[in-house]
Amino acid sequence: MRFFVRRIIFYAITLWAAITINFFIPRVMPGDPVQAAIAAGGGTISPDAIPALQALFGIDPTQSLWSQYVDYLQMLAHGDLGTSFTYIGSPVLDVIKQALPWTIGLVGIATIISFVIGTLIGSGIGWRRGTWADSLLPISTFFSAVPYFWLALIAIAIFSVALGWFPSSGSYDRNMVPNLSWDFIGSVIYYGTLPALTIVISSISGWILGMRNMMVTVSSEDYVTVAQAKGISERRVLFGYSARNAILPQVSSFALSLGFIVGGTLIMEIVFSYQGIGFLLFNAVNAKDYPLMQGCFLVITIAVLAANILADFVYGALDPRTRQEG
Amino acid sequence: MSIDSEVLERDLDVAQEAAAPTSPRRKFLFMRNTKALTGLVILGFFTLMAIIGPWIAPYDPDARSKDVLQPPSWDHLFGTTHIGQDVFSQILVGTRGVMVVGFVAGIVATTIGVLIGVTAGYIGGFGDEGLSALSNVFLVIPQLPLIIIIAGQLPSAGGLTVALVIAATGWAWGARVLRAQTLSLRKRDFIEAARANGEKSWRIITAEILPNLTAIIAAGFVGTVGFAVLSQITLSFIGITSVSEWNWGTVLFWAQAQLALQQGAWWWFVPAGLCIALLGMSLTLINFGIDEFVNPRLRSTGLNARKLRKRQIRPRIGFTPVVHEAKEDRS
Amino acid sequence: MSTQPPGPPPSPQRGGPSDDVPVLAAVDLRKHFPVRGFRSQQVVHAVDDVNLELHRGRVVALVGESGSGKSTIARLLAQLMPATGGQILLHGEDARVKNRRGFRRYVRRVQMIFQDPFGSLNPIHTIRYTLTRSVKIHQGNLRGKELEAALTQLLERVQLTPPSRYIEKFPHELSGGQRQRVAIARALAADPEVLLADEPISMLDVSIRLGILNLLRDLRDRLQIAILYITHDIASARYFADRTMVMYAGRVVETGDSESVTQDPKHPYTQLLVRSAPDPDDLDARARGARGEAPSLVRPPTGCRFNPRCPFANELCRTEVPPLLAVGEGREAACWGYSERIDRPELGELLDVYGERPSLDVSAVEALEAVPAPRKGDDR
Repeated sequence: MRFFVRRIIFYAITLWAAITINFFIPRVMPGDPVQAAIAAGGGTISPDAIPALQALFGIDPTQSLWSQYVDYLQMLAHGDLGTSFTYIGSPVLDVIKQALPWTIGLVGIATIISFVIGTLIGSGIGWRRGTWADSLLPISTFFSAVPYFWLALIAIAIFSVALGWFPSSGSYDRNMVPNLSWDFIGSVIYYGTLPALTIVISSISGWILGMRNMMVTVSSEDYVTVAQAKGISERRVLFGYSARNAILPQVSSFALSLGFIVGGTLIMEIVFSYQGIGFLLFNAVNAKDYPLMQGCFLVITIAVLAANILADFVYGALDPRTRQEG
Repeated sequence: MSIDSEVLERDLDVAQEAAAPTSPRRKFLFMRNTKALTGLVILGFFTLMAIIGPWIAPYDPDARSKDVLQPPSWDHLFGTTHIGQDVFSQILVGTRGVMVVGFVAGIVATTIGVLIGVTAGYIGGFGDEGLSALSNVFLVIPQLPLIIIIAGQLPSAGGLTVALVIAATGWAWGARVLRAQTLSLRKRDFIEAARANGEKSWRIITAEILPNLTAIIAAGFVGTVGFAVLSQITLSFIGITSVSEWNWGTVLFWAQAQLALQQGAWWWFVPAGLCIALLGMSLTLINFGIDEFVNPRLRSTGLNARKLRKRQIRPRIGFTPVVHEAKEDRS
Repeated sequence: MSTQPPGPPPSPQRGGPSDDVPVLAAVDLRKHFPVRGFRSQQVVHAVDDVNLELHRGRVVALVGESGSGKSTIARLLAQLMPATGGQILLHGEDARVKNRRGFRRYVRRVQMIFQDPFGSLNPIHTIRYTLTRSVKIHQGNLRGKELEAALTQLLERVQLTPPSRYIEKFPHELSGGQRQRVAIARALAADPEVLLADEPISMLDVSIRLGILNLLRDLRDRLQIAILYITHDIASARYFADRTMVMYAGRVVETGDSESVTQDPKHPYTQLLVRSAPDPDDLDARARGARGEAPSLVRPPTGCRFNPRCPFANELCRTEVPPLLAVGEGREAACWGYSERIDRPELGELLDVYGERPSLDVSAVEALEAVPAPRKGDDR
């Protein structure tokens, strides 16, 4: 119990830190964000919005730093992340809410596939040492050493431009209106295949390597030897004893990576013009749309925190050793 | 977050035995590892290019010419861009940008990580709690979005700035690992014996604890360099950082901006990507080498099935042969 | 003396009389460790009310099993951790260190040897480095020839000759006994008056142990060092130590000269310890094992801490803690059975009470042999 309480306190502190960083970044950057914002808005932002903007950035000269900070916190507490410049008039929260499902859906599925396949391969390699399967490792390492965007671009060049099998950008057919019909879903899948594929190829080596190393360590433990000596079938030892223990860190890594789903696939979305939250953040940075930038960053951070909490709980549930906190 | 520190402790115990060098033979055992050696050679090659690149480049990378979008030829080894610039020269000159950022970020991040991690592990108590909380916060906050936001808001993000930002956001992982190791080292008898002998604390940290951590620090450094290089290239590619300094990412930036792929100008794209992949792979290989050096059980992965049989070790399922690379002096 | 700043007094001349003032003394020493927990008030009573004296040129053995508190006492006396209560006196003066400089002064007089010979030497440093550090800390910044001479002298003192053969080696290239000699050499560099030896031979091969003990004995005689010898093996205490103290569950239960304590133990626990040392001449005695386990130190038994395992314990034993009572010339035992109280327990021969184990039943063995061996694969 104490273990969890400590973790929750820690996450609360981290959340506070993220919010505070968010608050301070526009203040420490050179230039006046408010003026830049108005200039970027090109006349669409009325001077009445200046106080709100100042509250958002915490640079109101009439107020003390502390009260600006409090204003900012109050805004957040009401779920008000400000109003976007580029999507004029729309609250940031709404804009983000539209983009988020795309990211979570595509990247979530791709990560799950990568994890499952990678872990299976990794446990296989770790189990059978010194066989041909070992050569899989350098190959997948190469693929993960290549910067992801390059891999994506090559994939586009091959599968999209040259072969024309998949579209090169977008998240669904532009001519369609989002609805829940099979047509639309099919279109989503069609557009999402290439991005998902590139994510899987790029990230799978991490899972393979992690699982393999754990299997190597675990397989040399005494309880595995005992299981083998008892005459239990090799398959059962592999899955029931070795893999089950080796998978513990993998599972927590997996839960962790869920957090990175939201933030880490910025690049994929940029390259494929996939309208997820990463793409949103990128455009916001380029357009100097500060409210949107801050909102995206905050949401991404919260997602990572949530994933971390999940990882801790899952690991605590799976590994009985963590539960006994001295 | 919930990394298995027991595995780390075990690895450290094995690392102790491996880290004690005896004859010169054992010192270079690390070098005999083919993976590490390959990695080091490639890394050395790129470092060399970083140093002499701008001098041996046949053309000024910014210089335009009339040979627009030419495929590779003897004149232009990697072909030319849409305004006649020599891609080969760009890559050569860009190597320096890449390596400098990588190493600076690596050094800064590793230094911060060592300072905070080892101190936290050694002093314990509230100091430890505070420092750990600090590094955990930095660990959880998503790096790339933060880098993008910071770099995007700076008026001109040159290479060095990017390196510092990367280091500032990326030191936490190393600090965490080092803290765990320091904690377990601290309980060892020889640390207590040094204290009981009256050794000063700073000497204990630098002379007794740090040398036992070299393998981990090295691995962390190599990993950070790799991550820094990738991040910088990615940032350049998406145009966040300054495009006036040449690095491999800027090459790709311009290539993408000019839709090189669609125009079939593959030579603009491929060299930069391959270079990055090679550099990244070399760093990973070096890290593999360090891993295997530290944990003898992983060593036999360097040997394929045939070589293992020659040494008369049958790779039985689930059985990990520990291959002795050097004979120990058991006099 | 009161005008001097607090701390260990200057070292007296060597060669003086060794009897009167103990070099190092612990008075009512107590150590309680807080139990880690959210709102836990509990403590581990590791050491309670321990008094001991170390004199020049004499060895005191501290005997006990795991959890008895003996290692804690060593660390308390080395001032590696602060005591919860009681005093530590060096030549009669309070020697509690308050800062690092005080600690360094103290450490020059009181040195410690650890149990694990491999663990106590940093595996990445040569012997030369380890000993040089010690010399530099305690004998000043020696260099060149002077340093070499000091190192050679240290190695010769622990009988690692020729020194040149050992000085460049790493710990893992030496045997356990050799490493322990190096650890002793490291301690000797300080020219200490007191040596706290925490189970110095427990992790060594049996054939080597005697050599180390003889070395310690030699140091005691030549250098007149006071030695605290901590062990779980009471037989070696008889061989090596002048006085023996027996500890149980953090308290001292018996003291006296080693010969008497080991040949004629008074406290029931000491009797158990002595008798449980395997005696090849008495196979039957071997069959009489001990009952029970070491008690929890968080909630130790009330009264005498040995009472759950003591066959003679009565109500008095369960309620009041027995003090150390005189049981002979220079001997004490903490057992109510030796007191004058009316409600004291009756003490008898411990082993008579435990009784004999049933001897092997021959007919049962024959019956077993008649049963066929189990088939393979029956037992999963």
